[in-house]
Amino acid sequence: MARARKGEAPAGKADATGVNAFVGKDELLKFYQDMLLIRRFEERAGQLYGMGLIGGFCHLYIGQEAIAVGMQSIKVKGDQIITGYRDHGHMLAAGMDPNEVMAELTGRAGGSSRGKGGSMHMFDVETGFYGGHGIVGAQVSLGTGLALNNHYRGNGNVAFAYFGDGAANQGQVYESFNMAQLWKLPVVYVIENNQYAMGTSVERSASETAFHKRGTSFRIPGEEVDGMDVIAVAEAGARAAEHARSGQGPFILEMKTYRYRGHSMSDPAKYRTKDEVDNVKQTRDPIDHLKERLAKAGVTEDDLKVVDAEVKRIVAEAAEFARTSPEPDPSELYTDVYLEAAQ
Amino acid sequence: MPALSPTMEEGTLAKWLVKEGDTVKAGDVIAEIETDKATMEVEAVDEGVIEAIVVPAGSENVKVNTLIARLKGEGEAASPAPAAAPAVAEAAPAPAPVAAAAPSAGPISAASTFADPEIPEGTPLKKITVRDALRDAMAEEMRRDDRVFLMGEEVAQYQGAYKVSRDLLQEFGDKRVIDTPITEHGFAGLGVGAAMAGLKPIVEFMTWNFAMQAIDQIINSAAKTLYMSGGQIKSSIVFRGPNGAASRVGAQHSQDYAAWYGNVPGLKVVAPYDAADAKGLMKAAIRDPNPIVFLEHEMMYGHEFDIPDVEDWVVPIGKAKIRRQGSDVTLVAYSRMVGFALQAAEELAKEGISAEVVDLRTIRPLDHDTILESVKKTNRLVTVEEGWGPMGVGAEIVARITEFGFDYLDAPPLRVHQEDVPLPYAANLEALSLPSVPKIVKAAKTVCYR
Repeated sequence: MARARKGEAPAGKADATGVNAFVGKDELLKFYQDMLLIRRFEERAGQLYGMGLIGGFCHLYIGQEAIAVGMQSIKVKGDQIITGYRDHGHMLAAGMDPNEVMAELTGRAGGSSRGKGGSMHMFDVETGFYGGHGIVGAQVSLGTGLALNNHYRGNGNVAFAYFGDGAANQGQVYESFNMAQLWKLPVVYVIENNQYAMGTSVERSASETAFHKRGTSFRIPGEEVDGMDVIAVAEAGARAAEHARSGQGPFILEMKTYRYRGHSMSDPAKYRTKDEVDNVKQTRDPIDHLKERLAKAGVTEDDLKVVDAEVKRIVAEAAEFARTSPEPDPSELYTDVYLEAAQ
Repeated sequence: MPALSPTMEEGTLAKWLVKEGDTVKAGDVIAEIETDKATMEVEAVDEGVIEAIVVPAGSENVKVNTLIARLKGEGEAASPAPAAAPAVAEAAPAPAPVAAAAPSAGPISAASTFADPEIPEGTPLKKITVRDALRDAMAEEMRRDDRVFLMGEEVAQYQGAYKVSRDLLQEFGDKRVIDTPITEHGFAGLGVGAAMAGLKPIVEFMTWNFAMQAIDQIINSAAKTLYMSGGQIKSSIVFRGPNGAASRVGAQHSQDYAAWYGNVPGLKVVAPYDAADAKGLMKAAIRDPNPIVFLEHEMMYGHEFDIPDVEDWVVPIGKAKIRRQGSDVTLVAYSRMVGFALQAAEELAKEGISAEVVDLRTIRPLDHDTILESVKKTNRLVTVEEGWGPMGVGAEIVARITEFGFDYLDAPPLRVHQEDVPLPYAANLEALSLPSVPKIVKAAKTVCYR
């Protein structure tokens, strides 16, 4: 089984009505592989950070895999994705080369931004991935701008703007909601509510913790989704995308999820108990949850082992590539500051 | 003629709604006056009989404070019409109109004092305001490239808070001339996102002061993403609007941002003085594949200059212009301050000092070579900017000339700039705070040891 590559068809198939049936064995296995790849990739990134090969900030996506993978499955060619700094999972789900993503984490010439962006700043226009943005909430306005582009050109595409429960309190989010609904822009806002904005729980930071209602005063419909269930994510995603694509304007999906690791590598996560984390891992883990469905669909342990081995191989190769790719040439210091004007 | 906006100097008396002999009460609308921004109704502030209409309907360019009619009050001799209170016919843009004596726009010097090497001899010229030059540039580029569109507050139906986008909605429709809500942070972000997807937005800020709300998107998203993406994500976008001090609008509406944006790699910063540069640089800015900060000046919008009457007038970004040749001292300025520097050069000439005036036109990239070559000739340097001095444009120029032209300097360079205070409202304090021709003359004489 080959790993996700650029241009590969997504796992699920949205039919013309936007109603989905993600029950096929092959689709389920593809979900499993894509989610497992993110988890193993992130675990390895954590190790490389501990070894000093990755510097600066590094925000891991472990626990939230079902969202990036489920939403990716309903995206069509030309649709765009934009997110904040917890972005590795989205890049992998979008089909970016794991070698390039890992090498960007280590700041090497083989990285997707040639080592000049780092963990929070990777892009791939070919797969529609527009970053990777480090300022909390900025991607919401930018993503709405991507939707403005689609509206302007009438290309039938939808922009997916991801942000967290923390960003949901930023002012520019609401400025963007207002314009998106006013102009009926094709954008789906995906709020990944992982319960904590760094160390501050939603109860301590949000006057309205039901984030799917945050569009109410702009007349933007919203829906709460079990973000730990990849099928539920994909089905809700298809409904939201259909709404946006059919000219009805933006839609908000609140994905209830949980991040297993700290906010970043340097966060000891003292603001929540070990019991709380363990409880989520044991009862709501998105990968375990999918395994149950796979078993019901007739997928055997041996089938899964094949996938596990393939994922392990991909991640090992990415880590090796990231370790051995050279640092950028010093001559890269002054490249990509400006583009040459044609005149 | 009442002043109906902070910068109004003259207007057109469009229509009289009363005739001689009519009796009016306070609050009656007596006339309509067109400024360059809007048509306003003028109300009588006192009651009496219209004794004489001095300025007939249809009169253009009537200076502020000109007597337009005489009102005879009950039991009193005929007297000039009391100062009329403006009633806003169309909602006025921020800043709100201040009925005060119209300010002078400051010294304006129409053209270079010698043949302009950029304009071939025999090129036909036409007179045009800076405002219309900017509008024409946008319109021409929108006709040329359907990816170009304009968004901002009041740019469409209102025709521009300062009428820079006049008639664009009519020609291009509301898909390409987009009125936004008052949400600078949000719509700047939308503009950058659209640019990342390949469109070429022109984002108008009603003034650059309001763009502080949006500065994160300008710097963190527009300026840095090309670099952070290893060259993958481009933002061909123009952020434009009036910059610097208008007149009597207070500290929050009177700031020069040239040094702020000039500090940022990834941005190009343009600040034209006359109409030819406003048009030519705007066209270059729209075509440029990089994010451009285009700093206009409200006080210059209404001024007419000669502009080459040619099909496609484009001025390259990054090239300064010698506005006046001289041999004793180099005056470097940009935007409105170029007019001040040219006026100062006139004054200095009367005292036998020959000043060369360099118009930067572009703040970043700075045309270091043109300044240095001038200083090599004059050996003396004065910089002029409307913004604050510390860490300013002048400070940067002085640092560079000290580094690369130290041996050519015969005196320590001096900087003329706004005083180091928030711009005061009081007319006298405001005048004291801003650069002026006498301040430039004084600095130039100081570096000449005169």
